Amino acid sequence: MDVLVCLKRVPLAGGTLILTPDAKDIETKHLGFGISPHEENAVEAGVQLVEQMGGTLTLLTLGPSDAEEQLRAQLAIGATRAVLLETDGQEWDPQGTAAALVDAINAEETKFDLIIFGAESVDSAGYQIHVRVAHALNRPIVTNVKAMKIENGIASCERVVATGREHYEAPLPAIVTVRDGLNIPRYPSVPGRMQARKKPVDMKKADPRVPKLEKLNLTIAPSKSTGAEILGNGADAVPALVEVLKKIGAL
Amino acid sequence: MSSKLPSKAKCVVIGAGIVGNGMVYHLAKLGWKDIVQIDKGPLPNPGGSTGHASNFIFPVDHSKEMTAITAESMRQYKEFGTFTESGGIEVARTPERMQELARRITSAKSWGVDGGRIISPEEVKKLVPYIDETVILGGYYQPTVGVVDSLRTGTLMREKAAEMGAAQSFANVEVQDITTENGRVKAVVTDQGTIEADYVVIATGCWSPKLAAMAGAHIPLTPAVHQMKDIGPVPFFKDTKGDIEWPIIRDMDTFMYERQHGTGLEIGSYAHRPILYNAEDLPSNATATLSPTEFAFTQVDFDIQDEHSYELMPSIVGDENVREKYACNGILSYTPDGMPILGETPEVKGLWSVAAVWIKEGPGTAKSVAEWMVLGDSKIDLHASNIARFHEHHKDDKHVKARVAESFNKTYGIVHPLEQYESNRKVRLSPYYDREAKLGAVFYETAGWERPFWYECNKDLVAKFGDKVMPRTAEWESRWWSPIINAEHLQMRETAGIVDLTAFAYFDITGPSALAVVQKAALRQMDVAIGRVVYTPVLGPNGGFKSDLTIMRLGESHFRVVTGGAHGMADKKWFADLLPEDGSATIKDITSDYTTLGVWGPNARKIVQEVTSADMSNEAFKFSTCKEIDIKGVKVLASRISYVGDLGWEFYVPMADGPALWDALWESGKNHGMIPVGIGVYGTTGRLEKCYRAYGPELETEYTVVEAGMQTPKLKDADFIGKEAHVKHRSEKPAAMLCTLFVDDHTSSTGEKRYMMGNEPILTLDKQPITDSHGRRSYVTSAGSAPSLGKHILMSYLPTELAVAGNKFIVEYLGEHYPCSIAEVGATSVFDPSNERILA
Repeated sequence: MDVLVCLKRVPLAGGTLILTPDAKDIETKHLGFGISPHEENAVEAGVQLVEQMGGTLTLLTLGPSDAEEQLRAQLAIGATRAVLLETDGQEWDPQGTAAALVDAINAEETKFDLIIFGAESVDSAGYQIHVRVAHALNRPIVTNVKAMKIENGIASCERVVATGREHYEAPLPAIVTVRDGLNIPRYPSVPGRMQARKKPVDMKKADPRVPKLEKLNLTIAPSKSTGAEILGNGADAVPALVEVLKKIGAL
Repeated sequence: MSSKLPSKAKCVVIGAGIVGNGMVYHLAKLGWKDIVQIDKGPLPNPGGSTGHASNFIFPVDHSKEMTAITAESMRQYKEFGTFTESGGIEVARTPERMQELARRITSAKSWGVDGGRIISPEEVKKLVPYIDETVILGGYYQPTVGVVDSLRTGTLMREKAAEMGAAQSFANVEVQDITTENGRVKAVVTDQGTIEADYVVIATGCWSPKLAAMAGAHIPLTPAVHQMKDIGPVPFFKDTKGDIEWPIIRDMDTFMYERQHGTGLEIGSYAHRPILYNAEDLPSNATATLSPTEFAFTQVDFDIQDEHSYELMPSIVGDENVREKYACNGILSYTPDGMPILGETPEVKGLWSVAAVWIKEGPGTAKSVAEWMVLGDSKIDLHASNIARFHEHHKDDKHVKARVAESFNKTYGIVHPLEQYESNRKVRLSPYYDREAKLGAVFYETAGWERPFWYECNKDLVAKFGDKVMPRTAEWESRWWSPIINAEHLQMRETAGIVDLTAFAYFDITGPSALAVVQKAALRQMDVAIGRVVYTPVLGPNGGFKSDLTIMRLGESHFRVVTGGAHGMADKKWFADLLPEDGSATIKDITSDYTTLGVWGPNARKIVQEVTSADMSNEAFKFSTCKEIDIKGVKVLASRISYVGDLGWEFYVPMADGPALWDALWESGKNHGMIPVGIGVYGTTGRLEKCYRAYGPELETEYTVVEAGMQTPKLKDADFIGKEAHVKHRSEKPAAMLCTLFVDDHTSSTGEKRYMMGNEPILTLDKQPITDSHGRRSYVTSAGSAPSLGKHILMSYLPTELAVAGNKFIVEYLGEHYPCSIAEVGATSVFDPSNERILA
């Protein structure tokens, strides 16, 4: 089974975000980079599938050359190889990104049985790329998957909705987007890191596309109140605590 | 914790890491009240470097000051019950490192840290079963290594200070400004109000430069990354109960450490590329990913370290199921010379810095600085950490960054005592630099100045003097050394040498109270005739040495202080602090205006006489006097003194006149066999043959004038700092005496001749360390060749009862033992003891 996981290098923000002076980007001077939590679930799913069924796990990203750092980190937990579509560092719009990914997927010798995305990226949260890719590749897609099994060429997927659980089956080759709760992503080991250094990462220049979406500026959402409230000290606090527990249905 | 910030305090301590908490505690213990502590972050972990420290302590350093501070810190951690002894092993992968480990043990013995020993790879394996002993050659096992809980210690310190009713602490208070008035600190402005204070202590680690700048002061350090990675759970550690049960390993040759931490293994590194930040650019608690001093881990900088830790501990690091639990680029403070930055800032009175202090030094440093603030001096000598040591160019960020970038990877490096920095050189050049370069000068740096250490043009003299140059074959003591130094020495004693002393610091003290100021600073009588030159110790309140320097009386109310470049700025602050507030004396730093050349040797008088109309005869120009003369049309202040033991003068001229002075002396010197002589002679061989003491090695706050053998027969009437203590010292039997020893046999076990470099322990004949009645170890304060005597000289303070000429001892050098014996007790020279040459 050959699996492809698509990733995006994103800043690891702390509590409060700071914007660049032109308000077009997040100030990343002090921030580290990683991938979105849901994408960690995606890679873990891919690693588990290859462990169970054999085959390969390929990683694909579009981003600056520095995104190699994120690819190597995921190669360290068990991916086979990676492809980096190198941009000049500018954020691409969803159409352009999806088109570049589709071209890259089509150019691959491997015809991937399953392509996994994280449900959304933590920075722009556009929820678009995976659908656009699925449409262009003419593949079925199941989004927001929290449980998945591959059997007899079919991906059985579960997603959680307000009223319960939905179950979908998609014939392979298919695309799924996954969320936290699907699995517990593993951390890399030192031997994993060492192997990752030697794994192939194909660096390709991404052909610039004419953007159809223009980012004017970002604004920071007003911070939510932390909501911390001191109910009291020691035994005096118990009645108030009981009230709260009742209110949230814990009692 | 109180809720409302007071508007007034005796002292505001900014910072609640191990240092700030220690300052609050020790100031309270010494009796200060009304202390207010603030921190921008939350308590007990405000987000500074203390919060992510690896917290282990190796008690040994080649620096005596650092070792003493560390020992005092360990004592306090033990007192607070926050120290766990684990033992530690520094392992070696190379023969060079094995030698270095032997050197570390000699330093340990010198500074009174016992119990360490060299062990075999098999013994390392026994202590640390998860090590691959085949990759190491051995280790230095120090059983007293341990781990502390620095956050808990800080909390306890804060609580004790509060219990004493001396201090209040406030979290989440951001300092916006530190205001000053007439050069004194006035108030700390915060987002929650302004606190007026007599004293402000900056204990904010990597943020210190930013806070100092608010008051117009400088704390020249840079935040730098130290990477660490925590892996686990480790099956081998599954039954460990405590935070630390296994010895800590320092893999010295890969600049890494590995320590068990609960069920995990913490791997730290000083091997990665230097990653430096600016204090202004550190994130706030709110915007930081992890904490303001824990940056995201950059794996690419750790790739090689992964392999090195795998090599050393394959059974743990190589286990695919042992995974990275946590990793960060932790921010630490690094300084351009590797030492902390302590003391009152020279720019602002009442503003104190306690910066670039690591966990192992925190409590001891806090105690010492608190003593300095409250009592005027610290028990442990802090001169190498004194904030006043920096010259202007040292404070420049370019210098700080360049030096830290160069020295970061030397954190675990093998650093030769004479090793020179390569970065940011040629910052200050003497007027003779080009002439010296043409003569093949090998330049060492002092206070930014390039100083010839020896001249390659003198290399033919090595053959001339043959074995008298005491040639060295062993690599270690040949490094940063040349036999040319000893050849220059011998030639100077035969004819004459010219020495560039531009690196001196000079300042003029003038005004009606000038005499009172210098009297207050100097041990020796300063109310002398105009034209007298006085060499004098400068004492601290405890009667220990703060400096030694020369003061010339140039007029009724005009004194010129001449001192070494390295310590010059600290001396300047010392004198500036003595100026009366009414302005009746002022100090002017003329370091950059003046340059000095020295000419010494039996032919010095002839050489100078030929180029001056002044009478240079012994009768007309007495020793210890100075006067203005002309040398080929250049007005020169000539001073007849000597630090090398031969007849001669120092000549002071404005920088612009330097080349003309050099050329005149050079031309005349040619006829009299004069050669250029480097600082190797001036600072070591010439000085040691004359048993002249140097500030730092011999003269420091822990020893007295009497012990140094420098007391005058008669004490001056005028008051001076340290007088009371000094009077007491004169009436007591000294616990130790400074002795000059000769090495009696240099032959090592391999038959090679070895030459000590300084800081080695002096042992009894049965190889036991020697301790005086004050608990001070005997060690070599200075070592070097005495080419005129064909001896290698060691200076050492020995207990008075052992300080008898002819007494025999052992000196330990790189793990081997060599016999030595006392040649002279006290300050009498071993070469030309009656000073006939100087007084000729």
